[in-house]
Amino acid sequence: MAEPWEEENEGKVKKFMFINRKAPYGTIYALESLEVVLITAAFDQDVSLVFTDDGVFQIKKGQTTAGIGMKNFSPTYRALEGYDIEKLYVDKESLDARGLTAEDLIVDVEVMSRAQLADLMNEQDVVMSF
Amino acid sequence: MAMLHTVNKSPFERVSLDSCISMAKKGSSVLLIEDGVYGALKGTKVADKVSKAMDGITFYVLGPDLAARGMTEERIISGIKVVDYAGFVDLTTKHENFQAWL
Repeated sequence: MAEPWEEENEGKVKKFMFINRKAPYGTIYALESLEVVLITAAFDQDVSLVFTDDGVFQIKKGQTTAGIGMKNFSPTYRALEGYDIEKLYVDKESLDARGLTAEDLIVDVEVMSRAQLADLMNEQDVVMSF
Repeated sequence: MAMLHTVNKSPFERVSLDSCISMAKKGSSVLLIEDGVYGALKGTKVADKVSKAMDGITFYVLGPDLAARGMTEERIISGIKVVDYAGFVDLTTKHENFQAWL
């Protein structure tokens, strides 16, 4: 017998957007976001990731963490495709302010203006901020 | 009497680096650590401010924190010295006192 929540929401897919605004390693936000993203994908939801402000640093190429004794979790962003998470959006203004370009990033992303991101955000059922 | 300042917050998110630069005296040193290392990058919106401050203040950046964030020395403003943890210790011993801009 199906559980009550399964009956009510059978087959329902919501649009989830995760907004990443923090640099990695200095705080725990980036890693925590990644954990929740993977859980959401496991429930077959429609997942989008946005990297804006210092969040763009999360997907900088070449992270080498041996010297600070922390786990390098950046390869996980490359594995997201395997969980059917392919909607990765990056704020152009944030890249520009930090001297970065799409070539500096470890994953294929869609670079967008803030106006485009605002439209996407508006379409979501659930927005989670990290 | 020279002071050592450390900044561990991103200059794009907090005003720690701004405050540090405005209060660091000529002859003092600034060491960028943790998320503060982003202040050492070339071509950012804060790079000009750092370059100007280097007239009178010596800037250092902690190498292991740079590497963790995927940044190499080529991306650092020329004149900023990269140090390791042993270099951090040397800096603390070579300065009279210390202020951490958290």
